Amino acid sequence: MDNYVVEVKGVNKVYGKTIKTVALHNLNLGFKTGSFNAIIGESGSGKSTLLNILGTLDRPTKGDVIINGVSTKNMSKGRLSDLRNETLGFVFQFHYLLPEFTALENVLMPYRIANGKAGKKSRDRAREILNLVGLEKVENNLATNMSGGQQQRTAIARALMNQPKIILADEPTGNLDSQTTDSIYQLFRKINQELGTTFIIITHDRRVAEKADRIVEILDGRISLDIVK
Amino acid sequence: MKLAFDIALRFLKSSKGQTALIVLGIAIGVSVQIFIGSLITGLQKSLVDKTVGSAPQITVSPQEDGAYILDSQAEAKTIKATNPEEIKNLVAVTQGPAILNTADESATILLRGFDWKAAQGIYKISDRIVKGELATNDNEIIIGEDFAKNLNLSVGDTIELITPARKTGKFLITGIFDLQVKSLNESWILSNDRAVQEFLETGEGVSQIEMQVNDVFAADEVAGEIEKRLNEDTLVVTNWKEENAALLSGLSGQTASSLMIQVFVMISVVLGIASVLAISVVQKSKQIGILKAMGMHNPKASLVFLFQGFLLGVLGALVGVGLGIGLSWSFATFVTNPDGSSLVPFFIDWSFIGISAGIAVAASTLAALIPAIRVSRLDPMEVIKNG
Repeated sequence: MDNYVVEVKGVNKVYGKTIKTVALHNLNLGFKTGSFNAIIGESGSGKSTLLNILGTLDRPTKGDVIINGVSTKNMSKGRLSDLRNETLGFVFQFHYLLPEFTALENVLMPYRIANGKAGKKSRDRAREILNLVGLEKVENNLATNMSGGQQQRTAIARALMNQPKIILADEPTGNLDSQTTDSIYQLFRKINQELGTTFIIITHDRRVAEKADRIVEILDGRISLDIVK
Repeated sequence: MKLAFDIALRFLKSSKGQTALIVLGIAIGVSVQIFIGSLITGLQKSLVDKTVGSAPQITVSPQEDGAYILDSQAEAKTIKATNPEEIKNLVAVTQGPAILNTADESATILLRGFDWKAAQGIYKISDRIVKGELATNDNEIIIGEDFAKNLNLSVGDTIELITPARKTGKFLITGIFDLQVKSLNESWILSNDRAVQEFLETGEGVSQIEMQVNDVFAADEVAGEIEKRLNEDTLVVTNWKEENAALLSGLSGQTASSLMIQVFVMISVVLGIASVLAISVVQKSKQIGILKAMGMHNPKASLVFLFQGFLLGVLGALVGVGLGIGLSWSFATFVTNPDGSSLVPFFIDWSFIGISAGIAVAASTLAALIPAIRVSRLDPMEVIKNG
């Protein structure tokens, strides 16, 4: 048995009730602990749907998602929330920071969702992560007072706060220039190597995908290509 | 809890204009409530005070007409002992009709005698003497202002009174009073208890024992207690409430209408908050979506909006209380009678204000319930899919 940190088994996803659109066809896919994976595919191919199902934000119509060896099929909403909070970190194309809070407070948010109050230790950790993504100078800026790259890096720092096993990123650099894109992928790699975090990244950019350990291409809801380097 | 509260606070702070608008809405609602409530209560208090403030509120008198209470001091003691905290200003009154004859006309009057000191509590006679002084000796009396005018009498004149038993007596007018009620000013002639007892030949007997109570609206209950305590068939206990049923029904009508106004004001405040918060759910759906994606549970996300409602309620109530008191005070200060006294006296009932503020806070929190339920139904997928 392979050592998968996250795995989908026979996953189908159908949208709509009267006119049915099948987004995913009987998908079987697993990702190894500490691996760095890219999912590519045309828009509408079903890759975002797959990522959302992997992240338990969406439920499959059929099949099962196994995270850390535990099936999520029969988990309650509350249990799934806890699972996301503890095990998964999300980075989306749009950063989705809370504009009412500063960079540091945004990074602390996942920790506070789990623990309520943030003590000195957790604040220090949040600063450390901000340092890692190179934002120590703007930690007290409101999210709205930062550049696009800084906001996205804050979102990455936030995803790292609870030391998740897996980071799911959906076009994390879709809105950024090529220079910032490069620096963000270097950052992902660094985190992957230093902390052993598993990365599953959706991207359009073949150049970016080529840097991954494994490339999975989705076409019309099916895996059309699966290359492991 | 703490996180939900912090987020609620930050949401409110980030849209200051919107927050100020809702707070103002609640504040105006609360202030109108306090203003109308205080106005009506103040009005009723002054009305009741004017009506029965300077009159006996409970009277104990013999059942039989023309009979007297013989041992008035002992009876007064028993009465006072019934409810020493409520009953005050006890005074024994000896009274009887008499006819006054002058050179050109005669008039029927009511001659009343009491201990000036004891009567001060209810009637405040010494403050109401407009000319001369109290009648302290035998054969001295004071008369009402209107009576003096009608019969052209003044201090220093002597008048002759005739009792129904045909006894006559001459009395010196030592003073003129104004009780601010024309009928009393026209018909009452007052003197000290001894003088009247002697003239009416009642011996030690008095006609009735009058008193006031601290809570005027409890007069009927206290009267009932007195009746039980005295337990005498020969005496009857009456109170102002049974004699002023029309006034009381007017007052309760007023209370009901003011309550209606307050309820509708509150309903409009609740609707206002609910609609603004409902809009704010839409405005903040991205934030809520991402918080849920990061693992925030549905009840906690709802709590963010309940806290917003609560905070808005507290702020609105605080501002509203200030505004309401200010409004009541200005009304009492600037809306005056021609003589400069305020039309409705300034009256603050802290317990009423506390209740109003409490209701506002509770209503605001309740109004946040609908948006809170919407939030708990919000699917983070919707937000993430639609950007």
